[in-house]
Amino acid sequence: MATEAQKGTFAVKVGLAQMLKGGVIMDVVNVEQARIAEEAGAVAVMALERVPADIRKDGGVARMSDPTMIKAIKEAVTIPVMAKARIGHFVEAQVLESIGIDYIDESEVLTPADEINHINKHNFKVPVLCGCRDLGEALRRIAEGSSMIRTKGEAGTGNVVEAVRHCRAVMGDIRRLQSMDDDEIFVYAKEIRAPLELVKQTKTLGRLPVVNFAAGGVATPADAALMMQLGMDGVFVGSGIFKSGDPAKRARAIVQAVTHYNDPKIIAEVSQGLGEAMVGIDCKEMHFTSYAARSE
Amino acid sequence: MSGNTKVKIGVLAIQGSFAEHCAHVRRAGGEAVEVRKAEQLSGCHGLIIPGGESTTMANICRRWNLFDSLRDFQAKGGAVWGTCAGLIFLAERINRGAKEGGQELLGGLDVTVDRNFFGSQIDSFETNLPCKIPGDDNGPFRAIFIRAPAILSVGDGVEVLGEYVLPAEKRAEIDDKALEKIIVAVKSKRLMATSFHPEITADTRWHKLFVEMAGDCEAYVGFGEDAVAKATASEIRLVDPGKLPVFVDSVFAGAAMD
Repeated sequence: MATEAQKGTFAVKVGLAQMLKGGVIMDVVNVEQARIAEEAGAVAVMALERVPADIRKDGGVARMSDPTMIKAIKEAVTIPVMAKARIGHFVEAQVLESIGIDYIDESEVLTPADEINHINKHNFKVPVLCGCRDLGEALRRIAEGSSMIRTKGEAGTGNVVEAVRHCRAVMGDIRRLQSMDDDEIFVYAKEIRAPLELVKQTKTLGRLPVVNFAAGGVATPADAALMMQLGMDGVFVGSGIFKSGDPAKRARAIVQAVTHYNDPKIIAEVSQGLGEAMVGIDCKEMHFTSYAARSE
Repeated sequence: MSGNTKVKIGVLAIQGSFAEHCAHVRRAGGEAVEVRKAEQLSGCHGLIIPGGESTTMANICRRWNLFDSLRDFQAKGGAVWGTCAGLIFLAERINRGAKEGGQELLGGLDVTVDRNFFGSQIDSFETNLPCKIPGDDNGPFRAIFIRAPAILSVGDGVEVLGEYVLPAEKRAEIDDKALEKIIVAVKSKRLMATSFHPEITADTRWHKLFVEMAGDCEAYVGFGEDAVAKATASEIRLVDPGKLPVFVDSVFAGAAMD
């Protein structure tokens, strides 16, 4: 009667993302930070050597982190541990899969290894998530096997403007799609360069067919609640926590704000006395490098 | 239950698959409300603690003093069902895998649980299991296990509704060589727990069973009539139907399965 257990199916991959909904995923660079994140109520941690703000400052090529550090963090916490691989670098993804990471982020924050192709994520049993700036980009990533999507935003800036832009773009595209006649979606799929089947499915569901988180510039509890009210399923906070004055307190506050995103009184309460926020970067500055534009 | 009023089920909406549970409760004929604050429990006959991260949920419950209210709800006769993380919440004993420094639990269900029994996400899986819901002969159900806990043993009076026979490779990994199968679904009076996620499949049998169970319970009045009126008027926000996808039936899932 019982059938074989099937591992790494799309339902199992999307299933983990569904369990993370309504939660905050935090960037951490060592075991101490991972423990602070877990104590604060993070649903998962992203283990990396440098937070995006430092990658911006240091420049050079940013790569996958040392597996030793990732393993140490995995040992220290009970929540899922994610790690980043470079865009198109399927061997980094294979390495991360082999050490038992829970989710891989094929991330534009690292220097891309392939400027044309992304990783074929169907080849992996471990789930992989990707960034997007609009509906077409999100559906192209899902077609490649991505089981979770996030906005790209602009990581390491502490400036939420690009995350809002990308979120508005995805949500607006979906609203336009829903108002279309069924005869019009063939051309629409061509225009946004997305597979027809996924466009149809998105129209039926009225949302992306996988979980969709906000990322790239969230720095305060209000930023996080803003992204939730705009319709995102959860929030990534990168540099925003451990580049601020009181990381533990800010981490706790952002977690509360995501659960109670519709309650301004609670957001006000948790926003009090958080100390200094991370220094932000204006994305319109002359020498600003956009990470979001690194892939499409 | 009197007349044709629907059975009201609160779904703990701290984090995790609460929207999916609300959708399934409605499909099963119940009324679903999201519970983020204690007073939102008013008028509920049952409470679902969804899948998610148990550490996170416990943390936020403590922050807003929800534990006392949840315990009171349980003590006053409300039905409670925990899935995955929710099972950990209800378990009397966790024998392995708890967070460093321990974690607060609701308890009440006489079972011993091993958190993350199956390991990390790469070992998460789905399979068909025989359904042991009393009176149900509609065949097996699709069980999806996501970093799932396992029930190793149950006390007297706990009814076993689902079991999973461990494959040889898993048996080789674990210390207890006598362990051939684990328990994945139980029911004990007004409490129910599953280590898999019926809310992310198209199967509503488990939700129907729970709505039935809750139908035999009194509506919760822990906060007095005022709170009920207040909660009904303003605090209870119904879930936006746009947030209720059930992903497994997706066209694309089929294409990616092989």
